[in-house]
Amino acid sequence: MTPNLVLAVLVGVLFATGVYLLLARSITRALIGLLLMGNGSNILFLVASGRAGRAPIVTGHDSSGMSDPLPQAMVLTAIVITLGMTAFLLAMAHRSWQLERSDVVRDDPEDVEILRRAEADDLSDSDFVGDDLDEGTAP
Amino acid sequence: MIDLGWNALVPLPVVLPLVGAGITIAAQGHQRLQRAVTVSVLAAVLGVSAALVYGADHVGPLSVDVGGWRAPLGIVLVVDRLSSLMLLVSATITLGVLLYSIGQGRASGDTDESDGGSPLPVFHPTMLVLSAGVSNTFIAGDLFNLYVGFEILLFASFVLLTLGGTAARVRAGVSYVVVSILSSSVFLSAIALIYAATGTVNMAQLAGRLDALPHGTRLTLHLMLLLGFAVKAAVFPMSGWLPDSYPTAPAPVTAVFAGLLTKVGVYAIIRTQTLLFPGGQLTDLLLVASLATLVVGILGAVAQDDIKRMLSFTLVSHIGYMTFGIALGTTTGLSAAIYYVAHHIIIQTTLFLVAGLIERQAGSTSIRELGGLAKVAPVLGLLFFVPAMNLAGIPPLSGFLGKVGLIQAGADVGTPLAYVLIAGSVVTSLLTLYAMSRVWGRAFWQATPAVYRDDPGAAIEIEGDTGVTVLAGPPPRGMTVPTAGLVLVSLALTVVGGPLFALTGRAAHDLVARTPYVSSVLPGGTP
Repeated sequence: MTPNLVLAVLVGVLFATGVYLLLARSITRALIGLLLMGNGSNILFLVASGRAGRAPIVTGHDSSGMSDPLPQAMVLTAIVITLGMTAFLLAMAHRSWQLERSDVVRDDPEDVEILRRAEADDLSDSDFVGDDLDEGTAP
Repeated sequence: MIDLGWNALVPLPVVLPLVGAGITIAAQGHQRLQRAVTVSVLAAVLGVSAALVYGADHVGPLSVDVGGWRAPLGIVLVVDRLSSLMLLVSATITLGVLLYSIGQGRASGDTDESDGGSPLPVFHPTMLVLSAGVSNTFIAGDLFNLYVGFEILLFASFVLLTLGGTAARVRAGVSYVVVSILSSSVFLSAIALIYAATGTVNMAQLAGRLDALPHGTRLTLHLMLLLGFAVKAAVFPMSGWLPDSYPTAPAPVTAVFAGLLTKVGVYAIIRTQTLLFPGGQLTDLLLVASLATLVVGILGAVAQDDIKRMLSFTLVSHIGYMTFGIALGTTTGLSAAIYYVAHHIIIQTTLFLVAGLIERQAGSTSIRELGGLAKVAPVLGLLFFVPAMNLAGIPPLSGFLGKVGLIQAGADVGTPLAYVLIAGSVVTSLLTLYAMSRVWGRAFWQATPAVYRDDPGAAIEIEGDTGVTVLAGPPPRGMTVPTAGLVLVSLALTVVGGPLFALTGRAAHDLVARTPYVSSVLPGGTP
């Protein structure tokens, strides 16, 4: 099988732009990135199915020169799944906008807290520096 | 000739929950009907799975050509010893978690008539769809069906993780959704490339055709599949998403996620390493990743203040034990890994349910705010203590048996890297014990915090799953009994340890031999 160069390059471009957008904190940008990558995988299936040929409808006995129908069936399934994903992420972006007037994903508050305590060298919660524990009161 | 009766059972773990999901959606607003349907469907799946374990063990791998299209052209569903065991364990904990969520019921303070016994009326149908997706991945006989199974369970999990749509859950949900979809696109691209290289996605047929590929192509395909699955299984360095997203969800949701979702990834890694790419070309890479998962995960757990987050980190860490056994690739290694998967699904689910009970009892899961629980709620103490010691690997509990099995398998292989892994396993086990006893000491033994001291019956207001404020207090029996049931199941893993290890040994033997699986799917030989 000789892959189609134009399609192969297109797959590369779609994945590259998809990854770039995915690195953004905005939900909408990440969604567009995922969509581009999804289309990249779909076109990868077209590359995998080989040279385009006749419609794969078996009417007689001659099956030569037909396209391979299986990758197209898989691409259809993948497109439906991508549609569901798009709807869900758009709903989440909307919800985030409703709640916070922004669709930017913030840092995890627990992570921020642990980082703050590490930087401030705050040992008040350590198991080994617990005088207050000996007195039987809550720290 | 394989008995047709057994084969007829194979699609049921997927079909039954999907039908049940349809009924429960139609029955929204009829809480009792919804509950009855969900519980009976999951109980039926449990029964079918138990029968499949027997069938797959005594008759051999069972396979069904869906719609009468013969493999490798059609979609094929296969249940071998490994799949059947995974089905049984996942059905057990799904039923347990569902009963727990029903027990939680109205206590969420929701006054809406149609709350379905859980945060929202969508809860029951979504749990059933999740169960169907998980079953589908376990019985999928071709890579694309495996992908579809992943997507079914992922979409159900997206809905469950963002139940109620609070700010914290939307934030956690976004990173979870994006990472999951990313791993799925890697997997999908790997399928496309595998199809380009071999012209099939049927796993039994791939087993023969992948062997014939040039080394470079084979390595690329193997790496891509492993990358996709390792993100789902939360193998370090692809594990960062898990502790970030799991703890914000309601307790039953986190429990079922912790039990099942990562293990689905582990299951897929087992299939990749044994059926598709045997020969251990990536053994060293996987061993190093396992070591990093074990150590980094448990160090994260030690640093946490919140019980749910701490448990999420131990979840990541203990995935390393399973990939350790899988990476070894020997019969004993795989056998111990399968046993460990079964043990870990049950124990991690139980611990998250207990965390939910603690939250219910005391209004918090942060060990800074907890204390004196052993006095206030001794039953809760027992329910936490047994699985916590089990996770840490105290004999004679099942965690100990699994770890000993893995260490023995590692010593049998005997390479320097295997010994490093053994050392890592022991250290991780000790640190797990430390993390668990830290929670035990702080939350259960430490002196009672002021709120309780001044007024033993003091009620703390907590925010329920729907954002409605409810009063903290002793959890209802409907929540403690299912949790206690799962604790008993985890103890039963010790009691039936011998026969179970024998079964996982036979399962591992099948996996290494490959022929039982392949000849069940393609009885006429590989075309």
